[in-house]
Amino acid sequence: MTTPDSTTPSRAAAPAVELRGITKAFPGVVANDDIHLTLRAGQVHSLLGENGAGKSTLISMLSGMIAPDSGEILLDGRPVQMGSPRTALDLGIGTVYQHLTLVPNLTVLENLLLGSSTSVMLDFHAARERFAELVARLGAAIDPDARADTLALGQLQQVEIVKALWRDTRILILDEPTSMLTPQGVAELQRVLERLKAGGIAIVFITHKLHEAIEIGDRVSILKGGRIVGALDEDELRSKTPEQLKARIVNLMFGEGADQLSGVAEIEIRPLTPDEPRDVSEEAELEVSGLSIDGGDDEMSLHDVSFVVHRGEILGVAGVDGNGQRQLAQAIAGQRPIHAGDIRLAGESLRRLGVPERQERGLRYLTDDRLHEGIVRDESVAMNMVLKRIGQPPFWRRGTIQPSAIDALAEELVDRYETRTPSIHTRIGALSGGNIQKVLLARELAFDPRLVIYNKPTHGLDVKTASFVRSQIREQASQGVSALVISTELDELLAICDRIAVMSSGRLTGIVENGQDAQARVGELMVA
Amino acid sequence: MTEIAVARPVAEVPRRTLRGLLEPVVMSVTPVLLAIVAGGILLTILGRDPLSFYGDILQQGMLESFGLQQSVVRMATLLMIAAGLIVAFRANLWNLGLDGQFLLAAAFVAGLAPSIVSSLGMTVGLTLCFVIAAVVGAVWTLVPAGLKARFGVNEIITTLMMNFIGINLANILVKGPFLTDAPGVPRTDILPLAERLPVLFDTRIHIGILIAAATILLVHLVMTRTPLGLRLRVLGANPRAAVHFGLRTKRLTLVAFMVSGALIGMSGAVSMLGDWGSFRADWNPGYGFLVVPLVFLARLNALATVAFVALFAVIQIGGEYATREADLPNDFVLVLVGLILFFMAITEFMRVRRERRLAFVTAGLASRLRRGGDDG
Repeated sequence: MTTPDSTTPSRAAAPAVELRGITKAFPGVVANDDIHLTLRAGQVHSLLGENGAGKSTLISMLSGMIAPDSGEILLDGRPVQMGSPRTALDLGIGTVYQHLTLVPNLTVLENLLLGSSTSVMLDFHAARERFAELVARLGAAIDPDARADTLALGQLQQVEIVKALWRDTRILILDEPTSMLTPQGVAELQRVLERLKAGGIAIVFITHKLHEAIEIGDRVSILKGGRIVGALDEDELRSKTPEQLKARIVNLMFGEGADQLSGVAEIEIRPLTPDEPRDVSEEAELEVSGLSIDGGDDEMSLHDVSFVVHRGEILGVAGVDGNGQRQLAQAIAGQRPIHAGDIRLAGESLRRLGVPERQERGLRYLTDDRLHEGIVRDESVAMNMVLKRIGQPPFWRRGTIQPSAIDALAEELVDRYETRTPSIHTRIGALSGGNIQKVLLARELAFDPRLVIYNKPTHGLDVKTASFVRSQIREQASQGVSALVISTELDELLAICDRIAVMSSGRLTGIVENGQDAQARVGELMVA
Repeated sequence: MTEIAVARPVAEVPRRTLRGLLEPVVMSVTPVLLAIVAGGILLTILGRDPLSFYGDILQQGMLESFGLQQSVVRMATLLMIAAGLIVAFRANLWNLGLDGQFLLAAAFVAGLAPSIVSSLGMTVGLTLCFVIAAVVGAVWTLVPAGLKARFGVNEIITTLMMNFIGINLANILVKGPFLTDAPGVPRTDILPLAERLPVLFDTRIHIGILIAAATILLVHLVMTRTPLGLRLRVLGANPRAAVHFGLRTKRLTLVAFMVSGALIGMSGAVSMLGDWGSFRADWNPGYGFLVVPLVFLARLNALATVAFVALFAVIQIGGEYATREADLPNDFVLVLVGLILFFMAITEFMRVRRERRLAFVTAGLASRLRRGGDDG
């Protein structure tokens, strides 16, 4: 077996891995349908697709987690059987998963030895050398003796890459590697990938962001509904302008002329244009002042967070996931006790009010954990619409449920929010994530909201639903409903917000007016 | 596969179709038939005639007037316990302290009833006894309920611990302050037959069964139609959602526990005031853990519980005669019950699996699960 460092980099065109007619079906659903894909040494191959397009299934097969139902995988022209993750590693295929797999309280080196050591004793000396070699190849600087939990996210990801490269890896799979990085971190990752490419490694770069796919990839394949619906080769990527490429990809994904549809425009989210100035009142709707929360040992604490959301304003909260955004949302919604500071809605302090009282005053919270917090799976769609109004008329009268009132509301909301469900009596757990989100959105936006906290409102949704959600946020704001939008997708915030606050390590590091240079400034604040 | 690759549209689970109506019936009958077959094989191996054994159970438990009356009387107590369990279990609170709550309430009722009824008269006296039983049962849940609500202490452990204390405290009461002066085994004063729960018509069936039926119906209505019932269900199905929806989860936990304990306590009153009239020391029929699986297999549906409890009562009452007749230990009844529960669990598992698979198909959950949690 050749290793990247023992041979000269192979020609860029040499196929390292070839997938032929790979098909995988789960009960009732074809997750991958006749996939043909060629990965070449020294190239980054972008795999672009929405959530649920079949990217993860494809990766699971490449990394030996699951076996395809039919089709074959060829390595250097020879068919191989990928029976287990270990076989994949033996064959030189390394994977960096979307979520971190490092043990926080072990050192970097110990973490790397966890998965790789084959002997009884840990060989720290050899490991140290291998680590130095690989880190140098990445062009990174990481202390092997630092505890994993002391590293920044970008560094942790580099360690994950080192881990994936540990055994003579020639094919590196990166599953949504940019989802937890700052814009600067993405640039850094791109540099690392360039060096690895030069070392002759074939890289699969998975993303649902169009611009990343064409910026980072040497070739792009587009996955939709389990099929490859189109591919762009090197020549095409080189010869066309980014705008032409985007239009081409959108057409591949949604059919000819689809880029005209308003919903699809969101795949490359448009920035605020000066011709649609927003009238935002000067009146403060929500004032958070000096808010501190004790997160205990497990969660991020908040320190002295202060900001104002004006009437009809959309304030974004940017930041890498897990920097206290959820705690902030829960504290405002009343689900979490606060340690110090105050929260005022329309001038009234909410400190002593519980969740229902805050709801009564027009505060709404669209949770980020729709499946585990937002719904009761085994109740119907209709029932889930009123679960925040238990006991209130007209849905309950004289202590008795009024099914006809609930059904009428549900029918209306399902219709208005274009929810695809067989019936309002269907168990909500049977709906897709996008439709569940529409139910939640309907529930929060009904009954005259005053201020809505949207926590990662489009996370994990397909582009059309995501676009629908964003347009609802805008629509509500234009009617004077204030919004606090928490998102890890900076593009999204840049598209819909009036101002963007940035959270880092439980602190609000600054607030930026949305505009030309907002992206760069937000990026700076994220690492501040 | 959340949006695009859904191969078929989700089909509404047909509730009003013939199949929808038949399913619960099939679900209930199948395990009983399977248990009868398995039990029959067992009886044949033991050299007994299964047909005559089952005939005896049916005859003595249901068809003979005396046996039927006994079965109905037994049902009253069990139904009250079931009603109490449903309230707690629906809220996902595992009140397993039912034996302690039952016996302690029974001991108080048995000890106090003779003097209360004789001084206050039947109507007021017996009603007061029920109130006492409810209070004792509810109070006995306070410690586990409080620990659960305040600190999230696992209520399974605390309620089981409270059982030990409750059962022994009941015996201390019976052998101490409530001990009768009459000779014989240590017990409480016997409530005269005339002062017990009135019987219906010319039978041995007392009005306990009416109280139990009313209770189970009330629990059913509360759980399905009132805000409290829905709140308890939400708390049970998804406690995090309950917080998100703004439910007062601590208060709900206390309410669920206390109502549960009160109803179980009242079952102790039914048992004492209707069936026995006196608490004999070290008496423990162990009803609690027989009812738990029944309630479960009725899927916490109060009305469905009635059928399971009826079946169970018939087997218990008829089985006592049938085992004697077949020269088998009385424990063989429990073997039969165990078999039914076993097959019920399997049938239920198959149903859930079938339903899940339906959901997997529609929501693409299978693919997500295999991918290991999060969608990529």
